[in-house]
Amino acid sequence: MIRLFGILTGLVFAGVALISFIAGFITWAGEEHVETAEHVAHLAPQKQDFSFNGPLGRWDTVQLQRGYKVYKEVCAACHSLKFVAFRDLADLGYNEDEVKALAAEWQVPGIDPNTGEANLRPGLPKDYFPLVYPNNVAAAAANNNAIPPDLSLITKARHDGPNYVASLLTGYEPTPAKLKKEFKFETPDGLHYNPYFANLNIAMAPPLSADGQVTYDDGTDATKQQMATDVAAFLTWTAEPKMQQRKQTGLWFIGFLFFATVLAFMAYKNVWAGMKPKKPAEE
Amino acid sequence: MSFPWANHYEPQHPLMKWVDDKLPLPRLVYNAVGAGYPVPRNLNYMYNFGVLAGFCLVLQILTGVILAMHYAPNSLVAFGSTEHIMRDVNWGWMLRYMHANGASFFFLVLYLHIFRGFYYGSYKAPREMIWLLGVVIFLLCMATAFMGYVLPWGQMSFWGAKVITGLFGAIPLVGEPLQVWLLGGYAPDNAALNRFFSLHFLLPFVIAGVVILHIWALHIPGSTNPTGVEVKKESDTVPFHPYYTAKDGFGLGVFLIIYCLFVFFMPNALGHPDNYIEANPLSTPALIVPEWYFYPFYAILRAFTFDLILPAKLWGVLAMFAAILVWFFLPWLDKSPVRSARYRPLYRVFFWILMVDLAALFWLGGAHAEEPYIMFSQIAAAYYFLHFLVIVPVVSSIERPKPLPYSITEAVLGKDDDAQLDAVAAAKA
Repeated sequence: MIRLFGILTGLVFAGVALISFIAGFITWAGEEHVETAEHVAHLAPQKQDFSFNGPLGRWDTVQLQRGYKVYKEVCAACHSLKFVAFRDLADLGYNEDEVKALAAEWQVPGIDPNTGEANLRPGLPKDYFPLVYPNNVAAAAANNNAIPPDLSLITKARHDGPNYVASLLTGYEPTPAKLKKEFKFETPDGLHYNPYFANLNIAMAPPLSADGQVTYDDGTDATKQQMATDVAAFLTWTAEPKMQQRKQTGLWFIGFLFFATVLAFMAYKNVWAGMKPKKPAEE
Repeated sequence: MSFPWANHYEPQHPLMKWVDDKLPLPRLVYNAVGAGYPVPRNLNYMYNFGVLAGFCLVLQILTGVILAMHYAPNSLVAFGSTEHIMRDVNWGWMLRYMHANGASFFFLVLYLHIFRGFYYGSYKAPREMIWLLGVVIFLLCMATAFMGYVLPWGQMSFWGAKVITGLFGAIPLVGEPLQVWLLGGYAPDNAALNRFFSLHFLLPFVIAGVVILHIWALHIPGSTNPTGVEVKKESDTVPFHPYYTAKDGFGLGVFLIIYCLFVFFMPNALGHPDNYIEANPLSTPALIVPEWYFYPFYAILRAFTFDLILPAKLWGVLAMFAAILVWFFLPWLDKSPVRSARYRPLYRVFFWILMVDLAALFWLGGAHAEEPYIMFSQIAAAYYFLHFLVIVPVVSSIERPKPLPYSITEAVLGKDDDAQLDAVAAAKA
């Protein structure tokens, strides 16, 4: 009885799925299948040679300091970093006094101790990077209706994030004539063509406009590519400040587990010695 | 119950004697997972996953309880509190990555444990109750994992919760009020997040309770084995400890190495990047997908696109639930007296076709909801139902199984003296 009921139920579900398939196939076969501009022109991020790549990867703190400078002088005009505190900058190799000095370069919301009114005061190490806009409405109003995302987690919030950020920042180009001709693809005013962006037209204007836009303290030549890679490295650190600790801890874990597993295997063989025939009859 | 030749617990130390007199808990453990539990001697590595699933449950509860000390279940601060755990809590990043990847690995071993049951016929009499309780555990794990994924309050948390609770909206008449009641509002918000957190904390302990019943039920008939032949005598078994504690210990080591490779070197590989974007009801992600372990059922849900009497969405919801509920009936759908697919040539072929079908559903559940993926998932979903509800009952009727070994001992050693004695006795009679 159960089997009969089961077979009927199975045939009903399978039947409805197959009817859905046939209906879908007829629609699909009747449609014209054209490739979209995104399909043709969208590019996967270019691989960068970051110092933190791989299981032994480590931060290049000098690069992170350069990246911080690019963020501060370029990105921070529109993008906040709200999950990062100034005290965290110690990870970049700054000492306590340097962190205090860096924090004081930022104005953060405070309270006037005399009047109790809201005011702005220089940042302290305990403070977090301030918001750029008070809310999303203000952000959209100031940016042609686009809201600049907070960058704290941006490299984890995109596929292949570190490479994506570096590629996107250097990927701006004029809209290819081929796309305009074959797909009637247009880049509307106020948007910018960038093949690394999902739908090819990004609201953000090219932020790195010229070599030497930022003057590096360590004398590194500030090419556009260099600035893009440095800030991508910095934003990888902001998204995952514990990455180096994670990988180093992981090596200890794996090493210990490997050792323990070898011992466990030997114990297993020892316990089972003599329990199994030389040649298994059937497996 | 146990086999008559099982070892008996005899406390050596006076203290253990004293405890055993007052509360025979050491005895219980000894008989459950110690030397007092005789287990077939021929279990292969596929029989390791029950222990691993139990380990995962403990790991999830331990990491989860500590995470709950730092997490704040409020829609205004939940995302930030998760980042606080990742950045400021000592070893918080490790706890969270262990917990998030622990869920994935929990499901991985659960699936392998269940597929092992499909292959070796573990669900068959007299083990139906173990199987039923196992399906209950799986359903509870699904509910727990779903609600856990909502807690970080990222984009995929929010939209996943919206889509899944929206499924209840497909139920005729009561659907919409039910959905509002479940969420505590018209869309996921603080009310939903709070109750999901409460249930996410509670359900693992319910799972632990059902796991105890599952193991209890297992100890009535004892474990199955790859031959599917029941234990006949002492030489068919070995005591669980030290034989399977040693074997499972090695399996656990291999499992932990793979798990730690993910936790420490690619902790986000199994997650979706969108969940690192804070939940935003005004911005719908390009692709809403659950975690990978729900992909087969998500693919089945999306496969039903045709309004046949009932709306397509309702068909999808019914099919998705039916896809798991059908497992409850498996012991009665499969009437073959032979348990192990080793001796079922026809069933074995269909088992592997099912594995290919499930692999396809795993792939399609994560794909964009567009052609040709939908068409593929429609065929795969149809086959899924045909397998369990049509092929399994029919094959069990028409199949001619291969001869079974006389005993586990014979299967392992190649000969069993009792078999000859039995044959002689049978010839005389």
